[in-house]
Amino acid sequence: MALTGIEIFKLLPKTNCKECGDPTCLAFAMKLAAGKAELTLCPYISDEAKEKLSEASAPPIRPITIGVGERKLKVGGETVMFRHEKRFENPPGFALLIGDTMDDAEVGRRLERFKQLEYERVGLLLRPDLVAVKSESGDAGKFASLVEKVRQNSDASLILMSDQPDVLAAGLKVSAEAKPLVYAATKDNLDAVSALVKENSCPVAVKASGLEELSKLTTKLTEAGINDIAIDSGSRTVRQAFEDQVIIRSAALAKKFRPLGFPTITFPCEMTDDPMKEAIIASMFVAKYGGIIVLSDFRGESLFPLLVQRMNIYTDPQRPLATTEGIYEINNPNESSPVLLTTNFSLTYFIVSGEIENSKVPAYLLVKDTEGLSVMTAWAAGKFVADAIGPFVKKCGIAEKVKHQKLIIPGYAAAESGGLEEELPGWEILVGPREGAHIPAYLKSWKA
Amino acid sequence: MAFEVPKTAYSGKIKEVKLGKGDKAVTIGGESSYPFYLFEGEMPHPPRIAMEVFDTPPEDWPEAALEPFAGVTDDPVAWAKKCIDDYGAEMICLQLVSTDPNGLDRSADEAAAVVVKVAEAIDVPLIVWGTANHEKDTEVLRKVCELCEGKSLVVAPVEEGDHKRIGAAALAYHHTVAASTPIDINLAKQLNILLGNLGVPDDSLVMDPTVSGIGYGIEYCYSVMERDRMAALTQQDDKLQYPVICNVAKEVWKVKEVKVSEAEDPKMGDPRKRGILLEALSSMSLLLAGGDVLIMRHPEAIKLVREMIAELTAK
Repeated sequence: MALTGIEIFKLLPKTNCKECGDPTCLAFAMKLAAGKAELTLCPYISDEAKEKLSEASAPPIRPITIGVGERKLKVGGETVMFRHEKRFENPPGFALLIGDTMDDAEVGRRLERFKQLEYERVGLLLRPDLVAVKSESGDAGKFASLVEKVRQNSDASLILMSDQPDVLAAGLKVSAEAKPLVYAATKDNLDAVSALVKENSCPVAVKASGLEELSKLTTKLTEAGINDIAIDSGSRTVRQAFEDQVIIRSAALAKKFRPLGFPTITFPCEMTDDPMKEAIIASMFVAKYGGIIVLSDFRGESLFPLLVQRMNIYTDPQRPLATTEGIYEINNPNESSPVLLTTNFSLTYFIVSGEIENSKVPAYLLVKDTEGLSVMTAWAAGKFVADAIGPFVKKCGIAEKVKHQKLIIPGYAAAESGGLEEELPGWEILVGPREGAHIPAYLKSWKA
Repeated sequence: MAFEVPKTAYSGKIKEVKLGKGDKAVTIGGESSYPFYLFEGEMPHPPRIAMEVFDTPPEDWPEAALEPFAGVTDDPVAWAKKCIDDYGAEMICLQLVSTDPNGLDRSADEAAAVVVKVAEAIDVPLIVWGTANHEKDTEVLRKVCELCEGKSLVVAPVEEGDHKRIGAAALAYHHTVAASTPIDINLAKQLNILLGNLGVPDDSLVMDPTVSGIGYGIEYCYSVMERDRMAALTQQDDKLQYPVICNVAKEVWKVKEVKVSEAEDPKMGDPRKRGILLEALSSMSLLLAGGDVLIMRHPEAIKLVREMIAELTAK
């Protein structure tokens, strides 16, 4: 549990020196408890108090960063079991496996797919995060040259996979500055691997058999001053792996059990040989607490659904996804194509634009910024009413794109049609269907 | 620091509901923990999958979804039998698409006659799903309830606007009601109370939270279902302790992402596998949020989800 203001106060110098900017130590303590001040503002804090406080204020699941630069991945830092309680913070990273026994052509194809498979949705770029380079041959030189090749041809963050410290060392020699995740420290190699990651200041993954052993290993690492850890309980059956994810998360959050307070790394690629099955197992880890999800391969048909699922589950429930205001051209419209209007709630936009696409009728879709509210809610909130819509239609530039002056508004905003005719002199306001599903039938009978 | 497995404090349990009749009847519900948290409680009846049959040949299904049902999509009886015989369906959901007033607008009598034929031809539980148009559903589902007396159907969707008349018919002819509300825990609870007041017994009620697929708002129903389960299991909210039914396939297979070809957008990969995975992954997410019955379409998606249910509940 986080400390209360009073508990923090007891650890402060209690001199009321004001150097932190607050009038009293108590006021400063209260700010610290609320997360509104930094401990470093107090110049007289004792080392012992500092340690106690930073330990107590540390997040229950430590956030760790893998990689450097634009594509670095932050995982962990989660604070809830259910997304509606607050939100899930850091989406799990998807990793593509590349082994050192694969031939050059295959490695090249995989790196190419890693680069290619990116998708844009609601103005966000959805893409995978990591390449997991795995030593299958046990040959340190082979491993290092593959790591180098991946680095030269990709900006992916890296996972180095081997249980041999000398192989990992060879990989680190050519990639340490890229801060790869070193997988894995086990009970058999703990000392050697912990020396390696300490020397190279890289995050490390611990692999154990079971949660008990896992806790012991992470405790040893933290005692050695290593804190950037990802954890693998070793379970590879669906039921056990699922249960481990849930138990790890709740032990860290509900019990503040530090030895399991780290992001997890999961391996659907080691749980089945069937790519379709692998995808559904991966989706389980997206929903239930996976930190990194390693896949045997990336294919559009499975990566796309997983990336979108991840975006959905990690959306902030308090902040609806919204799309950009403006004119959307669908099915190559021309000057006599119909003009439809809707709001910028992303779901509303997807449904309406999808139905227009389905209709095959070329059309313009005007999307009005309603701060991410759907048609009915935006209308009720006064954000989708005549005096808001009118100016938008005028300034968006649709009048220059079509030669008619007809605007189709959503059925649920029918009450605005009179007001809109006043706001937009010369325009004819047509009331369209209430439900997206009825748009195709409506458009097919539309005449300019 | 010794490791101790944390346990959720549960105070409630989901009610058991038996669907259908005879040897092939299926019991759902009964959970005393969050979905698949078997280290904390029990899930005496694993979630079940109902296979979807349309009462009129589907018009906008992509090839991938039609292919497994080639030759039977114009005959709901043959279609339902194929689902059972070839794909091992444990339940059938007959979607009364033809009754949509904005579509074919087939009459209640005609539609009900098809339901009777299907109900007579199969022995697994039958779910009958209308079009969510209050007036039309009232007409159609009342007729269905009457003509299928003794078949113990599940009738859906029963919404606030039509719950009295459809609920009364279901009650009179001993069918189970699927109480349908638009993605909102309070509305769900309220409708369950209304149906209870009407006399619908606890063992004849399931909840439809209104679901959607990946990319089309699944996060909303996902969280509402999680909140339903939390209230039911940990906050003694007995008016939410009902099994949940998810009509998911028709949401997944209507979106453009299952229709776009690989030639149009190579990054989207094989369209057949993509459709199957969008259905399977959407269903998996809903299972983890608390789904007890999933209405699904593609046999391969169903196979994947069945395997996951089996493995998640494996001893």
